[in-house]
Amino acid sequence: MTDTLDIIQGCLETLSIFKQIIRSVADKMTKPFIKPIITPEEAAGKVKEGTTVMLGGFNYGGVPYTIIDALHDQGTKNIRVISVDASHCNPKVPEPVGVARLIVNKQVSSMVISHMGLNAVAQEMFSKGEIDIELNPMGTLVERIRTGGAGLGGFLTPTGVNTAYEKNRQTIEIDGKKFILERPLRADIAFIRAYKADEAGNLIYYGTGRNFNPIMATAADIVIAEVDEIVPIGEIDPNNVVTPGIFIDALVIKGGNAYAART
Amino acid sequence: MLPELKEKEARERIAKKIAADLEDGALVNLGIGIPQLIPNFMPEGVNIYLQTENGTIFAGPAVDPNDLRVIDAGGAPISVLPGGAFVSSDVSFGILRGGHIDVTVLGALQVDAEGCLANWTIPNVRTPGMGGAMDIVAGAKKVYIATRHFEKNGGSKLLEKCTLPLTGCGVVDVIVTEYCLIRNINGKMVLEEIVDGVDLLELQSKTEMQMEISPNLKIMKC
Repeated sequence: MTDTLDIIQGCLETLSIFKQIIRSVADKMTKPFIKPIITPEEAAGKVKEGTTVMLGGFNYGGVPYTIIDALHDQGTKNIRVISVDASHCNPKVPEPVGVARLIVNKQVSSMVISHMGLNAVAQEMFSKGEIDIELNPMGTLVERIRTGGAGLGGFLTPTGVNTAYEKNRQTIEIDGKKFILERPLRADIAFIRAYKADEAGNLIYYGTGRNFNPIMATAADIVIAEVDEIVPIGEIDPNNVVTPGIFIDALVIKGGNAYAART
Repeated sequence: MLPELKEKEARERIAKKIAADLEDGALVNLGIGIPQLIPNFMPEGVNIYLQTENGTIFAGPAVDPNDLRVIDAGGAPISVLPGGAFVSSDVSFGILRGGHIDVTVLGALQVDAEGCLANWTIPNVRTPGMGGAMDIVAGAKKVYIATRHFEKNGGSKLLEKCTLPLTGCGVVDVIVTEYCLIRNINGKMVLEEIVDGVDLLELQSKTEMQMEISPNLKIMKC
């Protein structure tokens, strides 16, 4: 009987030691992966004149509004923006929204975007030559960013073949079908927006706020994610992670912007 | 004289006609404008499933008009139906470009006899940008164009050859205007249906696009 108890005792001690080892290994492993939580001003402070910045979002959804507000207040000029659209600034929405705040404030010198139909000011500046805008088909734009982040040299797409968009671009014929050769796109900094992060920077998204964000997270030297909430490691199931924390450098908690509150 | 219609009446007629032409169970992508009216006019018993280019599969009507977490490409609140999903833009455009959508319905500035479409810029006047339209027409199995027949100044939007920068060429399958339905049959634009009371010769003479007249020309129900 005593022998049996001793054996059980021994097993429990071994188990306890084993648990401690796991804990200490986990502590050592996870510490470098804990992402700093910074202020929107600190995030915006990384942008200097001439910096190329990717901004996540599609229309109202998935936009890092709080960081954009800080960038607006910081006033840095000559920013090169890569984003899906020019957001809203039109007779229906006269107060500029998101990246439109930077455009109207004349902080943006060039843009690679897909759509500016809801930003009358951007269209006017474009027609007067006050801003350099390169328009890409949206599927081409997202794939350029994806290849930029995935270490590829470009890709071939049928989009835009036999249109004016094809001019000044290389075309290649594969099995009798014509494709446009598109080049990868990267940025110095990407400001993205997610719903929840854990301390390790693993991200999940909500609704149509996902859009370009997981792609941009792969294609910039510095990637900062604005999120609604930061939870302890373990609270986001690894099966549900969309953007793994290895892509993320820092986290910002969303602020009081009215659109941030609604998205 | 062609019967004149109020803007709302014309737009609803076009949407209603396309709704009646869609097949039950089709996975559909809708552009901004007239196409967005189509779900309101689906005939009883015919269901279509909507994909939005900003990443909703099986989009449904809005639940809360103030919630912008689930929106369509135009920024209007929507919902996702049971069985649906949200995807990122690379997947969304893979769906569109890769031929996984049955039908897309888009608006047009101009459309021509070769099935070419122009709908993203009027140089030096207005450049909203192509957005997703170029990818969508490159990949959708069937492209419907929902458009008014004439410009506000009376000029035909259905041309022999588009003069504005193109969105895609040889891509248009069906054109529906407030006066008629035209189908691309083996590269030829064939007038298949015409609204009751519209004079065929007058419509032909005012439409720059050369249309073949279907031997089975029907009255367009609307």
